[in-house]
Amino acid sequence: MSLAQTQSVAEIKARNKELIDEVLKVYPEKTAKRRAKHLNVHEAGKSDCGVKSNLKSIPGVMTIRGCAYAGSKGVVWGPIKDMIHISHGPVGCGQYSWAARRNYYIGTTGIDTFVTMQFTSDFQEKDIVFGGDKKLAKIMDEIQELFPLNNGITVQSECPIGLIGDDIEAVSKAKSKEYDGKTIVPVRCEGFRGVSQSLGHHIANDSIRDWVFDKIAPDAPPKFEPTPYDVAIIGDYNIGGDAWSSRILLEEMGLRVIAQWSGDGSLAELEATPKAKLNVLHCYRSMNYISRHMEEKYGIPWCEYNFFGPSKIAESLRKIASFFDDKIKEGAERVIAKYQPLMGAVIAKYRPRLEGKTVMLFVGGLRPRHVIGAYEDLGMEVVGTGYEFGHNDDYQRTAQHYVKDGTLIYDDVTGYEFEKFVEKVQPDLVGSGIKEKYVFQKMGVPFRQMHSWDYSGPYHGYDGFAIFARDMDMAINSPIWKKAMAPWKAAPRPTLIAAE
Amino acid sequence: MTQNADHVLDHFELFRGPEYQQMLANKKKMFENPRDPAEVERVREWAKTPEYREKNFAREALTVNPAKACQPLGAVFAAVGFEGTIPFVHGSQGCVAYYRSHLSRHFKEPSSCVSSSMTEDAAVFGGLNNMIDGLANTHSMYKPKMIAVSTTCMAEVIGDDLNAFIKTAKEKGSVPAEYDVPFAHTPAFVGSHVTGYDNALKGILDHFWDGKAGTAPKLERQPNEKINIIGGFDGYTVGNTREIKRILKLMGIEHTIIADNSDVFDTPTDGEFRMYDGGTTLEEAANAIHAKATISMQHYSTEKTLPFIADHGQETVSFHHPVGVSATDEFIMALSRISGKEIPEELARERGRLVDAMADSSAHIHGKKFAIYGDPDLCLGLAAFLLELGAEPTHVLATNGSKAWAEEVQKVFDSSPFGANCHVYPGKDLWHMRSLLFTEPVDFLIGNTYGKYLERDTGTPLIRIGFPIFDRHHHHRYPVWGYQGGMNVLVWILDKIFDEIDKNTIVPAKTDYSFDIIR
Repeated sequence: MSLAQTQSVAEIKARNKELIDEVLKVYPEKTAKRRAKHLNVHEAGKSDCGVKSNLKSIPGVMTIRGCAYAGSKGVVWGPIKDMIHISHGPVGCGQYSWAARRNYYIGTTGIDTFVTMQFTSDFQEKDIVFGGDKKLAKIMDEIQELFPLNNGITVQSECPIGLIGDDIEAVSKAKSKEYDGKTIVPVRCEGFRGVSQSLGHHIANDSIRDWVFDKIAPDAPPKFEPTPYDVAIIGDYNIGGDAWSSRILLEEMGLRVIAQWSGDGSLAELEATPKAKLNVLHCYRSMNYISRHMEEKYGIPWCEYNFFGPSKIAESLRKIASFFDDKIKEGAERVIAKYQPLMGAVIAKYRPRLEGKTVMLFVGGLRPRHVIGAYEDLGMEVVGTGYEFGHNDDYQRTAQHYVKDGTLIYDDVTGYEFEKFVEKVQPDLVGSGIKEKYVFQKMGVPFRQMHSWDYSGPYHGYDGFAIFARDMDMAINSPIWKKAMAPWKAAPRPTLIAAE
Repeated sequence: MTQNADHVLDHFELFRGPEYQQMLANKKKMFENPRDPAEVERVREWAKTPEYREKNFAREALTVNPAKACQPLGAVFAAVGFEGTIPFVHGSQGCVAYYRSHLSRHFKEPSSCVSSSMTEDAAVFGGLNNMIDGLANTHSMYKPKMIAVSTTCMAEVIGDDLNAFIKTAKEKGSVPAEYDVPFAHTPAFVGSHVTGYDNALKGILDHFWDGKAGTAPKLERQPNEKINIIGGFDGYTVGNTREIKRILKLMGIEHTIIADNSDVFDTPTDGEFRMYDGGTTLEEAANAIHAKATISMQHYSTEKTLPFIADHGQETVSFHHPVGVSATDEFIMALSRISGKEIPEELARERGRLVDAMADSSAHIHGKKFAIYGDPDLCLGLAAFLLELGAEPTHVLATNGSKAWAEEVQKVFDSSPFGANCHVYPGKDLWHMRSLLFTEPVDFLIGNTYGKYLERDTGTPLIRIGFPIFDRHHHHRYPVWGYQGGMNVLVWILDKIFDEIDKNTIVPAKTDYSFDIIR
């Protein structure tokens, strides 16, 4: 029984405000002033969550954020399976992001697909001093020789590239010409650019625009006969197979998915996307840029959707169907009806075990809002949420469609704040990332990794919701949490203690 | 429909259902512009050939699947080995997210570390303000006893001067003037995580021993009877450090473990998160100057630190990640010689038990061929152990191995008739190893989690020993050093060997005549 259930909204709001004041006391004055703008208690009816976002993280506070390289190589480009992505610079970045995001794909790795491989220029001191362009050119030659079935190359810049003045565009152009117009994409996603992963997404989106779309010959014959029902899945990274359990629903309702971005995606799918009749956008944060571009340049409408939990899935299927004729609208209803028994059975089984449990989230991309509906489908309540790298438009969507009155909101939360908030709010579950997982486990709080699905998944779609429900039950109702307190140290539940 | 509430299927089984299989086949055929399967097969086979190996080994610029990480990771690993210490990495912030994730994935533990979060403006004007604000914030929030500073490649490329920056930050009141902020430049484009460990450790000792960056008198060494132990960058630090302490206690040797991160990477779940736990106290770090000698368990983790210590008048001895009987003998005898303490009978019995265990199992290992990759010292330790078992460490590869390391490995080969057909590969990566496994097959592969791709592609069974291990749990809690550690390594190797034997004899009425219950 968490505190949230025993208090009125007014009490919760007062407590959350106090909490915010309390955590701010730890900071030097200048920092407290800056952090205060990122913490708030949500007021129902407001158009956003009342926090500033997408601003620089403060030095020394233990931000959870990553960098532009992580946004480009780690998120947007990395999953494109038939291209080789060079981590261009020193060895570390590529090493730490090697196969860590579970972007599932089908292919013969090392021969025609390359997602779970680490290609790097492994910069040495001489490369810093003399520049790495010659080395990059040679790397491309070696790739062509050893991996002849690759369908393209991207250059994912690490910090030094922009600092030493390398011209990766010139190298890419020259090599593309040499290899008969091969797609070679230079990406300026150096880690020091911007304030988080977010700029990396944007830079990667722009590079697809400039180096993939703009290179497509306008008179090139289509690789397939278009249909009025062609759609592209944008912003699903196929973590644990998410895009697959989403794609199947779109196809079942009568649509034809001509591309997946970028989980299990291929260069051919990227190139085909301007032929779509509608782009359906799951991760708004990381791929709204290219969706907007396609709308402007090719007149393709786009529609945000949410495939977490039956309520949002049904809502999204109908919303997507509204762009098409009755055949598809009927298809959407048919799909919703088809899965109704499964959803009923999943909720009947798990909801009684999860009813009234509270959750605090801190994740990236779309998840700080998108998963709220799935928790609510299970009778759970999200009492705190925040974005690692959200922008104001994310907080607007959160306020208008997702969070309840009194929800604690924390943007770019610091390690200290998050621990303190959890210690005081005492949620039944925390959903965040690998860096947070063990911190809360030590405190005796059930935890699920909501970036990698804790190596489970998929969570998207109807099939995914069954897994989501199972996993949340597994986390919260594991008998292990009852063991956290030694019996000779009597306490019914361990007091959550954050590190001071 | 495949999914059902009574028996929820996740990614392991869900996508094998017919609807998904059909969907994926359609996707490929219609939209992926796939290669001709015959062509894929042809290239797959070609990539196994000696011809491909030759091209692969002719690579000069491209690195594929390296077995090394960058310096700051090692710096962070060393820094958290000191009491109440938080590592502070000066540079871009994404790096710190990566180090923390990487260490957490291996140890299944929290990993605390902060960044100075430098961005474009710092790239132009330098990161002094980030240092000033960052140290102040870290000091206020996390109340560390010490902040150990290292750098990312961004700060190195623009040439930020840590010594000057920290001095200025102190003048501005970020932290008290006498507060300990040791530092090390740890450029990611030099060496590897092992180098970073070395640089950071030397930086910390230099700080305490040589006048705290000009703010205190240098320490005068007053020799005592203690022995310092440095573990080096070690994925088994939790199990190993405790095993070393047990041995030292058995022998009655007064000691200091320098950079002891065995507790911080193994905290209990009891309702409290301990950001700091255990570690070498700052007083111990300073007093380590007075020790009689310093022993490094991993030579290549202390290439700069040991000479620095030797310059202060101590005897220094280094080992190569000792695994097995003789390597442990040498370590124990060095302890005995330096301390003047006798080797207790208990250790002799432990040794005898390891020899006994190896004798029990030697028939299953003798003559088997192994490929090993990993950090330089780990490779040396494991190669020597395999030779003790009558196995052949056929391919020994370290991406961060130097020419000098290769010569050391060759010496190990030369010390045994079982080393006659073995080869060492410094500076090579796991794509090179792939060619080796295809063209000169071995029975088993020893390496970290990334070896599973080699296991999949070449069919060489993988025994997971090294760093990082992400896809198996809790191995880091077991020692691999000492006679007891040798026992663990032996069991890990044997378990895989027996699993493979069973796998090869499990087909009823075909191969199961050899499906013995006694091995």
